[in-house]
Amino acid sequence: MLDEPWTLSPSVALRPESFGALAYHFGNRKLTFLKRPELVAVVRALGEQPDVRSALVAAGVPEAQHAAYADALAGLARTDMIRPRSEGVAA
Amino acid sequence: MTIAPARPTPGTLIEEFELGLDAPICLTWELTYACNLECAHCLSSSGRRDPRELTTEQCEAVIDELQRMQVFYVNIGGGEPTIRSDFWHLLQYAVDHQVGVKFSTNGSRITPERAQFLASTDYVDVQISLDGATAEVNDYVRGPGSYDTALKALQNLQDAGFQDAKISVVCTRQNIGQLDEFKALADRFGATLRLTRLRPSGRGADVWDELHPLPEQQRELYDWLMARGEDVLTGDSFFHLAAFGEPLPGLNLCGAGRVVCLIDPIGDVYACPFAIHDNFLAGNLLTDGGFKQVWQTSELFRELRSPQTGGACAKCEFFDTCRGGCMAAKFFTGLPLDGPDPECVQGYGESALDQLNQSGGRTIPAASQDHSKAGPTRNQPVMLTLTRRPDLTPPSAPPTSACAESPLAGFTPPSI
Repeated sequence: MLDEPWTLSPSVALRPESFGALAYHFGNRKLTFLKRPELVAVVRALGEQPDVRSALVAAGVPEAQHAAYADALAGLARTDMIRPRSEGVAA
Repeated sequence: MTIAPARPTPGTLIEEFELGLDAPICLTWELTYACNLECAHCLSSSGRRDPRELTTEQCEAVIDELQRMQVFYVNIGGGEPTIRSDFWHLLQYAVDHQVGVKFSTNGSRITPERAQFLASTDYVDVQISLDGATAEVNDYVRGPGSYDTALKALQNLQDAGFQDAKISVVCTRQNIGQLDEFKALADRFGATLRLTRLRPSGRGADVWDELHPLPEQQRELYDWLMARGEDVLTGDSFFHLAAFGEPLPGLNLCGAGRVVCLIDPIGDVYACPFAIHDNFLAGNLLTDGGFKQVWQTSELFRELRSPQTGGACAKCEFFDTCRGGCMAAKFFTGLPLDGPDPECVQGYGESALDQLNQSGGRTIPAASQDHSKAGPTRNQPVMLTLTRRPDLTPPSAPPTSACAESPLAGFTPPSI
């Protein structure tokens, strides 16, 4: 996943909160709590970066935590909060 | 679903929520007090429309405000919301303004044409209320014919290709034994089952003693949810059951005035849908500067968001999971708000009620509003069942026929 291009799903809206953000998917109506501001920064950066690893770096996540963040992102992918981007460059 | 990357920080999110958010996560909006049914346990004592109900323009202004606050979805209910002639317009208006809609209905207006329309929208969820897996159990509380109406609506939705409707069930003493049947019914219609807790709110106060699940049924429900709960919705309403041991999935806290609230048909804002009472009235969005103003500055909500002591419950080892249970359930059964939930699974609620009853100190709060119909209609449930007099001996004896000629008919001499 780390080397793939991903993006926030088009049907998802983020609402900033002190703990991170609420993420709501208007299509499948799933509500998710992003419990860290860093995770919110990563999710927002996904669409602008060539791959997930670059988004993590851009959000300032230390390399040691990349695997843990990849797990969290995989969780978000299961409910289509984020999805793989077909094109290789930023949309 | 929760995301806990890197290191877990248990409890922090719950603590954040207990202190309240700048905007609710979601809210319930009762569009009208008018209803074609007269369910015995109606939480809002609905029946008749209130002449002060918000106009179409006022409703649109509320939606605009919710959009600005990024409240992503509203649970629309009533009364029967589809009775409003502008209901479908408001539904479309909300969806067009990034406010998703889940609406609850008894199904009476979900015609094949409406089902087609609903199937063509993306952001709308439909909940059909059904309080029995059989007509007998459902109609007992929701009124004659309401089971057939609900099933017809589900059929119309399925035929139109509507995906994943919800069957919304209030769990009662009469239907806890039907959980598997409810699930089968949901599967049959390609729907998702949603179970919620009966509260002694509105007309529910009148029938709570008869309808609320017995202690052993609470256990049955808990075990069922633990075993099969992953594809069943609960609106996070059973957090009092967490005191059985492991908490159920979802948010285990009372969100009233902190992350949820209720807007009633006349624009009054209450702490939660089950607390339509002056004691939980935060303000009115027409007269108090709009919804955001009420949500962020009301004295009541500020109080609800301040740290709670937990009272007697704070000593209980399960307090961390059940958080003292449901505020509305306590209030409308006459229990103190910092005391145990009346359905506390450790039995503290029952003993608190017994104590109050014995000392004569139990006062059930009078209703602040009642929109029930003035006279009975043909849709009114008749909560009577045919039984035999319990004092007849032997217990299984048939009643004495009026034609029995013996002067001693029906008389069984006491055994010596």
